[in-house]
Amino acid sequence: MTAISSTITRPLARRWRHVIAIGALGAAVALYLALVGIVPTFEARAMISSVLALGETFVLGTMMVIGYLAARYFDGQPAMSVLAGAIAGLMTGSALTLLMLIGPAIDLRSIFLNASDSLYGVLTLGRGLDFLWIPMVGGVVVGALGGGLRILPRPIQKSIAAGLLSLVALGLFSNLLRKPLLASPFASIGRLLFASEGLTLFGAAVTLSGALGAGIGGAIGARFGSRRWGMLTGVALGMIGSLVIGLLAADLAPSALARPEFAALGGVLGGVIGVGMGGLLGGAIARRVSSLRLDRQFDALPSPARSAIRATPLIPLLFLVLVLPFAFGQNFAQVIVLVAIYILMGLGLNITLGLAGLLDLGFVAFFAVGAYTVSLLTSTSPFGIADFSWWIAVPFAVGVAFMFGAFLGLPILGIRGDYLAIATLGFGEIIRILSVSDLLRPWLGGPQGITNVPKPFDVPPGDPLSGPSQIYYIALICAGVIAFIAFRLRDSRIGRAWVAIREDEDVAEALGINLIQTKLLAYALGAAFAGLGGAVFAALIGATFPTSINLLVSINVAALIIVGGMGSVPGVIVGAVVLIGLPELFREFQEYRYLFYGAALMVLMRFRPEGLLPSRSVQRELHVEENVEPAGAPVGSSVAQIEAEREGDVERDSPYSEPPAKETP
Amino acid sequence: MNRRYGERVTELAIQAFLWFFRIGVVLVVIVGSTLTLTSGRYDPATWFRLFADGFTLGSVYAMIALGYTMVYGILRMINFAHGEVFMAGAFGGYFTAVALDDAGLLNANPLSSLISIVIMLLVAAAVSTVIAVLIERIAYRPLRNAPRLVPLISAIGASFFLQYTFRGFFGSRTYSYPTVSILNEDVGIPLLDLRWVQVLVIVAAMVMMTLLYLFVMRSKTGTAIRAVSEDKSTAALMGIDVNRAIVTTFALGAAMAGAAGVLYALLFRQVDFFTGFVPGIKAFTSAVLGGIGNVPGAMLGGLFLGEIEAIGPVLFFTGFGVPSVNQLKDVIAFTMLVLVLVFRPSGILGERLARQRA
Repeated sequence: MTAISSTITRPLARRWRHVIAIGALGAAVALYLALVGIVPTFEARAMISSVLALGETFVLGTMMVIGYLAARYFDGQPAMSVLAGAIAGLMTGSALTLLMLIGPAIDLRSIFLNASDSLYGVLTLGRGLDFLWIPMVGGVVVGALGGGLRILPRPIQKSIAAGLLSLVALGLFSNLLRKPLLASPFASIGRLLFASEGLTLFGAAVTLSGALGAGIGGAIGARFGSRRWGMLTGVALGMIGSLVIGLLAADLAPSALARPEFAALGGVLGGVIGVGMGGLLGGAIARRVSSLRLDRQFDALPSPARSAIRATPLIPLLFLVLVLPFAFGQNFAQVIVLVAIYILMGLGLNITLGLAGLLDLGFVAFFAVGAYTVSLLTSTSPFGIADFSWWIAVPFAVGVAFMFGAFLGLPILGIRGDYLAIATLGFGEIIRILSVSDLLRPWLGGPQGITNVPKPFDVPPGDPLSGPSQIYYIALICAGVIAFIAFRLRDSRIGRAWVAIREDEDVAEALGINLIQTKLLAYALGAAFAGLGGAVFAALIGATFPTSINLLVSINVAALIIVGGMGSVPGVIVGAVVLIGLPELFREFQEYRYLFYGAALMVLMRFRPEGLLPSRSVQRELHVEENVEPAGAPVGSSVAQIEAEREGDVERDSPYSEPPAKETP
Repeated sequence: MNRRYGERVTELAIQAFLWFFRIGVVLVVIVGSTLTLTSGRYDPATWFRLFADGFTLGSVYAMIALGYTMVYGILRMINFAHGEVFMAGAFGGYFTAVALDDAGLLNANPLSSLISIVIMLLVAAAVSTVIAVLIERIAYRPLRNAPRLVPLISAIGASFFLQYTFRGFFGSRTYSYPTVSILNEDVGIPLLDLRWVQVLVIVAAMVMMTLLYLFVMRSKTGTAIRAVSEDKSTAALMGIDVNRAIVTTFALGAAMAGAAGVLYALLFRQVDFFTGFVPGIKAFTSAVLGGIGNVPGAMLGGLFLGEIEAIGPVLFFTGFGVPSVNQLKDVIAFTMLVLVLVFRPSGILGERLARQRA
C-alpha cells in the first residue's frame, strides 16, 4: 500500500513515464511469448471451446495484466486509469503488429523458428497479414479493461481476478475433470460445462458467476461480520444459479445451448440471479453464523474432540488419494506414481537438507544405487544375479544405498555450504557416467540398462492392481513410513542435533555434538531413502536405464523441497505435486515444461522464498529478514535477529544461512 | 556405552578411510601411468596432441570460469545460469557467422576470416552480456539479501528458463557452425599435430584473460569490483556504487563467457540449446579448483582441468586395460574436484579468500 500512496504524489509526467515503461515491458513480454513459440504452439489447445485458445489466452492475459499495472499510477481517477491501461495495452499490441510488419520483410524465420505464418495467423485471429491492426485494437480494448478493473472496489477486483484465473485453470484441466464427471451421475452437467477440449462457453459463464458471487457475497458478508461465509455462499449460489438456468435451458430447448451466444446468455443470466441471491443469502448466513460464535464453542470443546474436528477434512482427502489411480485413468496414474516417488525422495532429502542443512545436489547417485541394486537382484535378464522378489531386494537396496551414503559422505563431511553442493553434484555425475560407461557394462548393461525387473505383485493383466497403480500404493506406503520416521526423528535427540548443526556448526560442536557422526547419519539416511525411491522407480519402469539417472533428478528433489517449504512434510508433498505432477500433466507441451518450471522457480524465490507450505519457524525467520531490507544494508545484517533474540525469540531457525565455507578441520 | 571411546573409534576410522582414499588415488595414478607409459602404445606426438587438446579446451574452461569466480567473489553465489550465458554467446556467434558467410566474408582470405571471427566474438560477448545483465536484474538482484539457498534455486530456475527459451527460439536441432577453412589447416610445425583453430583459441583466450586481469587489477572500475567483493558496506561508504560494480562483474564475466562460446563452437563446430550445461559445470569445477573468488586461480584451474581431462583418462586408465577410457574423462574431472575440496578446500590459489572468510 505504501507504494501506491506514494505514487499519487508523483508529478504527472513521471507517472506517464511509468505507464510507458509498463507498456514497453508488455511489448517485450508479448514479443517473447510470440517468438519463443508459446503463442502458436498453444493455439492447438482450446481453453473455451471454439472461442478462445490457450495461445490467445497468453497474449490477452499479458495485455490485461499490463493494463492493470499501468492503471496503478492513476488510482482514484477512473478515466485516466482506463486511458493508461489502453495505452499500455496498445503498446503491447503494437509490438506484435510491428513483428508482423518486419518479420516477413527481413525473413526473421531464418533465425527465429516461430516467426512463421502460423504465428501471424494466430495474432490476426486467422485473418492473415492484411489485418495487422487486430493486435493493436485488441491491446487497446483488453488493456482498457485491465485498467478499468482497477476502478472497481478491491474485493470485486480480487474476485474477478480469481474468476479469470480459475477459468484458465479449469480450461487447462478440463480433460482431467471431464472424464470422471461424465462417468458419474452428473454426466449431463459435465457435458454442459466441458467440451471435448476446454470449457464450454456456458462453463466459462458459470465459473465467472461463481467468482463474482464470491466477491459480492464476501463484501456483503463482511458487513455482517463474516466475510468467509459470505464468500462461500456467494460462490455456491453463483454457480448453482447459473447451472440451474443452464440445466433448465438444456431440458426446455436442447438446441439453444449449442448456440454459443445463447449459452453465454444463459450462463450470465443464471450468474446474475445466483450472484444476487448469493450476496443476500450469504449476508444472512454470515450474520447467523457470526452470532453463533462458533470459534468460542470450538475452543470450549475438550482437546480430543477438537483434534477430531480438525482431522475431519483429512478423511475425504485420504479417500481421494486412495482412489486417484482409478478415477482419472492410466496416464494419470503414471503421473501420480512419479509424484509419489518424488515425495519419497523429497522426504529423504528433507532430512539431509531440511534438518541438517546439507545441500546435496548428487542425490541421484543414491537413487541410482537403489535402482541398480533392485534390478540386479530381481531381473530375469542375463544381468540379474539373483532371482529375488522385489520385496526381498528392497532391504538390500536401502542398505546398499545407506552404505554408499556413508562411504561418499565420509570424505566430504568437512566441506560446507556451496562447496558441499558442488562436491555432491560431482558425485552424482560420477555415478551417472559410470553407469553408462563401457567399464561397468559387463555388470550394469551400459546404455541398454537392466531390463525385465518383475513387478512387486504378480497380478494378471486386467486386474486393478496391474500397471502403475500397485506401485502407487507401494510408493504411498513407503512415503508414509518415511514421513513417520522423519516426523519422529525431528524432535528426537538426533533431530535436534541436526538442527543445531544447520544453525551453526561451531557452536554445535562446542555443545558436545559429534559433528562427524551426526552429519554422516543425516547424509546416509537421506541416501537410504533415495535408494528406496530408486527401488520403487525400478519396479515402476520394470527396468533401470542409465538415462533415468541424471542431474535433473537431483535438482528436482532439491527444488521441490525448497519450493514446498524446507523442513515441512506437507511442503514436500505440495512441492512434488507442483514441480513434478503439473509438468507431467502437460506433457503435450513438453517443449515448454522446463521453461515454465524455470520461470516458476524464479518467481517463487522472488515472492515466496519460504516455500508454498513452510514450517512455521522458517516463515517467521524469513519475515524477520524482510523487515530489514534497506537498500545497501550490509549483507547478513541481523538487526532484527538481535532484536528477536532480545525479545526471547531465540529460535533462530535459518536453514539457508550456512556459515561461509571454511577450511576443513 | 562409553561415548568418548566411540567417538575416538569413529575419528580413527575416518582418518584411516581418508588415508586409504589418498593412497588409493595415488596408487591408481602411479601404477596406471607406469603401465600406460611402459606399454609403449603412445608415441610422443600423441601425448603432445593430447596436451594441445587439453590446453585448448582448458583455455575455454578458464574463460567461462572467470565469470563464475568473479560473481562468486562479489555475491557469494553460484551463478548456475552462467553456462547458459555461454551458450547464448555461441548462438550469437553462430548467426553472425552465417550472416558473414552469406556475405562471403568468412572465407574470403585469412585476414577477412580473422576479422570475421573478431566480429563474431564481439557480437557473442554483447549477446551474453545483455542476457546476463537481464538475469541479474530479474532473478538475482531482488534476492540479494535473501538466505543463500534462495538465489541458488533462482539461478537454477534461470538456467532452465534460458535453456528452454533458446529451445523455443531456435528449436532443438543442433546447428553446425559454418566452416572457416583456414582454421582446420595444420600449423605445419613438423611432428606436431596442431591446427590453427587451437592456436586461435589459445591466443584469443590468453589475450582476453590478460585484458580482463589488467582491467580488474588496474582500472578504477576493477578496483571498485574488488572493493565490493571484499566488503560491500564499507565499499558503499567509500562512495562506490555497489549495484554498478555488481552489474559490471556480471557483464565482464558474461562477455568472457560469450566469447568463450564462440571459441568452443569453433572447436567443436556445433551448438544447440543444451551446449552450455556441461561446459558450465566443468568451468565451475575449474573455478573451485583454482580457488573460487580468485581470478588467476580460475584461469589456472581451467587449464589444469582441461589438461587432466585430456591426458588423465589415457594416462591413468589405459594401463589397466579399461575399455573406452574417454568416457571416463568426466569421472576424472569430478574426482579431481572432490579431491581438491577434501584435501585443499581453498583451491590451488585460494589462500586469501579462505583465510578472509575463516
